[in-house]
Amino acid sequence: MRPLTWFAVGIYAFLHVPLLILCAFSFNSSRFTIWEGFSLEWYRQMFTDAQLGEAARNSLLIAAASTVLATVIGTLCSYGLWKKQAKWLSGSLYLSLVTPEIISGISLLAFFQWAFRHWQFQLGMHTVILAHVAFSISYVVLVVMARLRTAEPALEEAALDLGANEWQAFWLVTLPMLRPGIMAAALLAFTVSFDDYVITSLVAGVDSETLPMVLYAMARRGANPVVSAISALIFVGFGALILISERLQKT
Amino acid sequence: MKHLRAMFLAPSVFFTVVLFLIPLTIIVSYSLRTRGVYGGVVDPWTIENYARLFDPLYGMIMVRSVLMSLAATALCLLAGFPTALFIVRNEKHKSLLLNLIMLPFWTSFLVRTYAWMFLLRDTGLINSALMAMGIIKEPLPLLYNETAVIVGLVYGYLPFAVLPIFSNLERLDKALLEAAADLGAKPWEAMFHVVLPLCAPGLRAAGVLVFIPCLGAYLTPDLLGGGKSIMIGNLIQNQFTTARDWPFGSAISLALMAGVMALLIVLIRRDGEEAL
Repeated sequence: MRPLTWFAVGIYAFLHVPLLILCAFSFNSSRFTIWEGFSLEWYRQMFTDAQLGEAARNSLLIAAASTVLATVIGTLCSYGLWKKQAKWLSGSLYLSLVTPEIISGISLLAFFQWAFRHWQFQLGMHTVILAHVAFSISYVVLVVMARLRTAEPALEEAALDLGANEWQAFWLVTLPMLRPGIMAAALLAFTVSFDDYVITSLVAGVDSETLPMVLYAMARRGANPVVSAISALIFVGFGALILISERLQKT
Repeated sequence: MKHLRAMFLAPSVFFTVVLFLIPLTIIVSYSLRTRGVYGGVVDPWTIENYARLFDPLYGMIMVRSVLMSLAATALCLLAGFPTALFIVRNEKHKSLLLNLIMLPFWTSFLVRTYAWMFLLRDTGLINSALMAMGIIKEPLPLLYNETAVIVGLVYGYLPFAVLPIFSNLERLDKALLEAAADLGAKPWEAMFHVVLPLCAPGLRAAGVLVFIPCLGAYLTPDLLGGGKSIMIGNLIQNQFTTARDWPFGSAISLALMAGVMALLIVLIRRDGEEAL
């Protein structure tokens, strides 16, 4: 093989081997990193752990709610910006995309703390969902905008000429055209929400512990094969989600 | 149309203003105030917090964060360029190869970081294997140092480097390489004098796209660096939790934001908005 091929093989190995090893060892019967034999013990422990179960439910609920909200809001926003540019809004959305997560997190925490002094509410599921919608909107706009740039404005004009009103032109002409983009955006919003630890851990309350928060605590405490099992499941789950969405977009 | 557009933009304007711009404004105002006795934020207004950024204790963490991010960025470019070149040259499997680069990116960041903890810790796979083979007696201190953090950053952000370089390479005119060869350039000469200079915008975009998240990294230094190799992100988190010094934490955050924005503005001025 040529040197370039060798190099690329090395990079692909660097990217994939650590995750594959982790998945493989989640089936190890020993709790230590010496292979002893095949076992599903860690998967059994994972599915029977009450705290993990609740965290997974919270994560799914938060991801589902924030995905729906962020996808709708972000799609409407992209359409509005496509009709007429608003520099400050697209600039702010872009800025929120490049803002380090820790800064988004602490500024939201400071904001919620400040708001608590004026209105009676506390950190919990709702603050986590609000935070996730806030950071997911810019991802949705990024993806849907990319799709809109290739769209043909003349199609809407034709619809308007033929007697459609503006709402119908949007709903019946442009929106169906955007469907693949919207689905890709929703998928991205779901994964960034389901995965987020930094912002979530800062704005979560006692009743809203998410899966990444539990994973983080377990990872810090030391080697734990249950973490490998959860990791393997997340890896396979996301992989399947991506494959399905690519199939759907092709048809 | 005006009416419909306003209705469409209203929810995103609300979220952007209330959950992004107002919180940032609060941070700006906190950065100019004083820490209260019990950790709250009180008057008087002051620029003391910004002066403390130059305190050697904190300055050192910032300098180290910049150096570590630069190292990670350089490694990403060195690894990303040949990989992108390899993908461009494999016309047949291009989309598969690109998807394979992106696949780990779609997996949880926490899981990817944990995979390295699993490999590097004292009882981790590398140490266990080396000890089982009798090569070492004591585990090597692979985890909780700056090298581990840099490896984690490269692992996390390498896809950000490959994609812009790939799209730049793909736009290159193949005829230029043929022309260079016809004029007697050896392949490596054509690479250095033709491809690399034409790829500069892609490399610049890749560099910025990797450097920015590295500089703001929190999870990677936290999990792979332990307490000793902390970066700016950890310093900020620390001020808002254990140290309870919100004004100073706000000042550090804004200094970091200023750095990120300055970089983006320089890049956009140079290569245009499409660069990113």
